Amino acid sequence: MAIVAQTSKLGIYGRPALAWIVALVFFFPIFWLILTSFKTDADAVKPEFLFFFTPTLDNYLNMTENYDYWRFATNSVVTSVLATGVALFVGIPAAYAMAFNPARHTKDILMWMLSTKMLPAAAVLYPMTFLAKSLGIFDTHFAVILVLTLVNLPIVVWMLFTYFKEIPKDIIEAGQMDGVNTWGEIKEILIPLAWGGIASTALLCFIFCWNEAYWTVRLTTTEAATLSKLIEGNRAPEGLFFGRLSAVSAAAVGPIVVLGWFCQKQLVQGLTFGAVK
Amino acid sequence: MGQIVLKDVVKKFGDTEVIPPLNLTIEEGEFAVFVGPSGCGKSTLLRLIAGLEDTTEGQVLIDGEDMTEVSPSKRGLAMVFQSYALYPHMTVRKNIAFPMRMAGMSEDEQNIRIEAAAKSLNLTDYLDRKPGQLSGGQRQRVAIGRAIVREPSAFLFDEPLSNLDAALRVGMRLEISEMHKRLKTTMIYVTHDQVEAMTMADRIVVLQAGVIEQVGTPLELYHSPRNKFVAGFIGSPKMNLLEGAEAQKHKAHTIGIRPEHIKVSTKAVKGAWKGTVGVAEHLGSDTFIHIHGVEGCDPMTVRAAGDVAVKHGDKVYLTPEKSQIHKFDEAGLRI
Repeated sequence: MAIVAQTSKLGIYGRPALAWIVALVFFFPIFWLILTSFKTDADAVKPEFLFFFTPTLDNYLNMTENYDYWRFATNSVVTSVLATGVALFVGIPAAYAMAFNPARHTKDILMWMLSTKMLPAAAVLYPMTFLAKSLGIFDTHFAVILVLTLVNLPIVVWMLFTYFKEIPKDIIEAGQMDGVNTWGEIKEILIPLAWGGIASTALLCFIFCWNEAYWTVRLTTTEAATLSKLIEGNRAPEGLFFGRLSAVSAAAVGPIVVLGWFCQKQLVQGLTFGAVK
Repeated sequence: MGQIVLKDVVKKFGDTEVIPPLNLTIEEGEFAVFVGPSGCGKSTLLRLIAGLEDTTEGQVLIDGEDMTEVSPSKRGLAMVFQSYALYPHMTVRKNIAFPMRMAGMSEDEQNIRIEAAAKSLNLTDYLDRKPGQLSGGQRQRVAIGRAIVREPSAFLFDEPLSNLDAALRVGMRLEISEMHKRLKTTMIYVTHDQVEAMTMADRIVVLQAGVIEQVGTPLELYHSPRNKFVAGFIGSPKMNLLEGAEAQKHKAHTIGIRPEHIKVSTKAVKGAWKGTVGVAEHLGSDTFIHIHGVEGCDPMTVRAAGDVAVKHGDKVYLTPEKSQIHKFDEAGLRI
């Protein structure tokens, strides 16, 4: 009660106001992007039409008719879903082993996995492109899924490891005593118990895969190209067409923003897991 | 079914040897209790039998079969953990059914066994609840139920009552003892509580630093402890150990006398030990008197039957029962 009484008027009105300002600052570019996507390329660069203009759907129609938006979108969905699936398929047993049967070098392995994230992607650009081309997997879904999986695997294993560590070892051991084999332990005990953590890991991995641009742009041309490639492909040599580009960008980030919006509770819970105990 | 043999078993964690070469046979149908202070290796020993820890050397034989390299799931043993270790995402019914489901038992058979176990453990009304909605005692009953339905060749209990309050502990102790009488299955029970050990065991294994100090029936350990450690560990309150002149009179390095084998008197008795009352604990049925100033043992504890009217500062005279004096040599071994 004392704390409430001490809160000044500035606190009562100031904090929400500040929160709104910060939220608006962050939201403004997205808002602008969406506004611009409804302008013609000519209007898009004119400051006087910043808020007041005649909206048009041309950019979106153009995108779906001439740029094959749905193919890129399908590729994004397919590669992100499959890469997330494979990352979990490999990551869950890996994190299980490290959490419940740690060996002498488990910590080193975890650190090493994380260290791969410290390597600048550009450093392996040539070998990767060369490998993809010589193996004949350049611009295939397989290559994109493989790379997306590998790029996100360290984060997936780390996150899952942290969740699994929270499960009492006794429960896993009780399972062993009850006659369960390793796969049974994972399926019957671990996954149901760590379901929340696995879901937020999957969600985050999916978002990372969807937003990945460095590799998807460089390892694809048309067949396996994702929405990142579509945005990148709209940099025309004769200059930037802001209306068109905005429409493509909005259509590319749209699905993931909506997904994030619906799952935000799960995401926040997942990312702050274990912080308050 | 259910004979367990440990043959030259050694366990090392890194370079630390927690269990030096150890041999032990637990007979079929026996209720064996491993007892010792914390860190004595009793839980490790149980986990070696369960297969949850690998043996560094030696063999674990169950019913004559070498199980050293066999995974815990295939040893045919059931374990009850201190933390209950129930599956929190499953109802009581599913928890109890779990080992049977894993063994591929038919659902009809599962239901028959669940009902029977629930009835004997007073869990019938709770079958559809989750473990989180149960009290500690009920949870431990579920854990026991989960162990019973498998009809294992032996039950392993790892300090199962330590998380329960005192009243519940006594009740559960009796239930487990009765269960053993009924099922006649081998049981190995780990505890640091010597009262549990004395009341439940057919045979007690006293451990210290991974070494078996003595194996015997509760009364064997009580009447003829092999060394000072066992003498001090078994019995409550603890045996009084005296050194010095008094011990030399009995041609021993140390003599031991249990609190219940000392007569206390407020009137002067010839040849008695003299002391001053520090604290007197009046339990009604007994009085525990802690006495200072007795040469060679401070404080000395005396257990007198009934209520004895002594208070702090009273001078008392103590007479031990001669036949109940235990003698130990310099190495602490019984003479």
